[in-house]
Amino acid sequence: MSMSLTELWTILGCGLVTILSRALPFAFVKSLTMPAWLINFLSFVPITIMTALCCQSLFIANPGHLATLNIANCLAAIPATIAGVLTKSLLMVVVVGIMAMAVLRYFSIG
Amino acid sequence: MNPSLTFKAGVHDVLPTVFGYIGVGLAFGIVAHTSHLSLLVVAGLSFIVYAGSAQFIITSMLLLHDPLSAIFISTFLVNSRMILMSTSLAQYFRHESLTRNLLIGSLVTDETFALAMNKQNKTNGKLSFAWQSAANVVAYLVWGIATIVGAVLGGLITNPERFGFDFALTAMFIGLVYLQLISDRHLGLSLQLMVMLFVALIYYFMIGIMSQNFALLVATVTGCLFGMEMKKCR
Repeated sequence: MSMSLTELWTILGCGLVTILSRALPFAFVKSLTMPAWLINFLSFVPITIMTALCCQSLFIANPGHLATLNIANCLAAIPATIAGVLTKSLLMVVVVGIMAMAVLRYFSIG
Repeated sequence: MNPSLTFKAGVHDVLPTVFGYIGVGLAFGIVAHTSHLSLLVVAGLSFIVYAGSAQFIITSMLLLHDPLSAIFISTFLVNSRMILMSTSLAQYFRHESLTRNLLIGSLVTDETFALAMNKQNKTNGKLSFAWQSAANVVAYLVWGIATIVGAVLGGLITNPERFGFDFALTAMFIGLVYLQLISDRHLGLSLQLMVMLFVALIYYFMIGIMSQNFALLVATVTGCLFGMEMKKCR
């Protein structure tokens, strides 16, 4: 049970950033309206940020050169995606993904 | 799901989503443990930050010793979708007091937001403070407890990589991006697929010349601008 100063500041700072993102819109909506362009811009944030986060796991950065594929993650992503299409359940995607990665590691693939 | 908007109905309605919280919460606890975070830090992240996917990002950035400013910016970017969700959800609570609005707002998640949008389809566009609070508080407690149990279990499993637990984060984002893709009727499938391809290409070329986190930021912002332009063309 311990916490470094960096960890404490991270928790407090990120906690503040998160609660402001969540709660402030409720205060604003009660008093004023957001400009249409901003709502339009924000409507693309979920799909763009989640795609970029997936890419972060699927590509390996080689500074100064083109990126390469993270073979193990790309292979495990295939059954995970199929599980998502079949069940539409986040839990199943995570469970199947973990199992697929365990199988890949067992056979030392990737 | 019936039209009742009581506290009890809220607890009942949120139960199916609880399994999702348990699954991802356990995974987060295990990942946090393997990233050498103490139980106290896990509890702090879950109960104070309380931001599913952002907690995974924060954990990996702590492990990489990224600067605090970068961690804050990433958290803001990952959670910026909350601004949109809160803005939509807040329309249903304008008649409530500011205090009640802030209480609801401080515990909104992707799941309770989705649940509320589902619920108002059955109540002619009405939501109540009691119902929303019940859903929010159950989700909050289940998430926090699941992450702590995961962190304790993580200590019992000596080599979690062998069991593929480190892939939970990637799998969760794949699941989230897929569910977003099929459920956002406002943007539609083809536009979202084009935006995804654009983001992937920008990210692929950017990580060769800048840090991964900065590439993520550039790909996200240019992806949103690209999406806005493509929407105009339709």
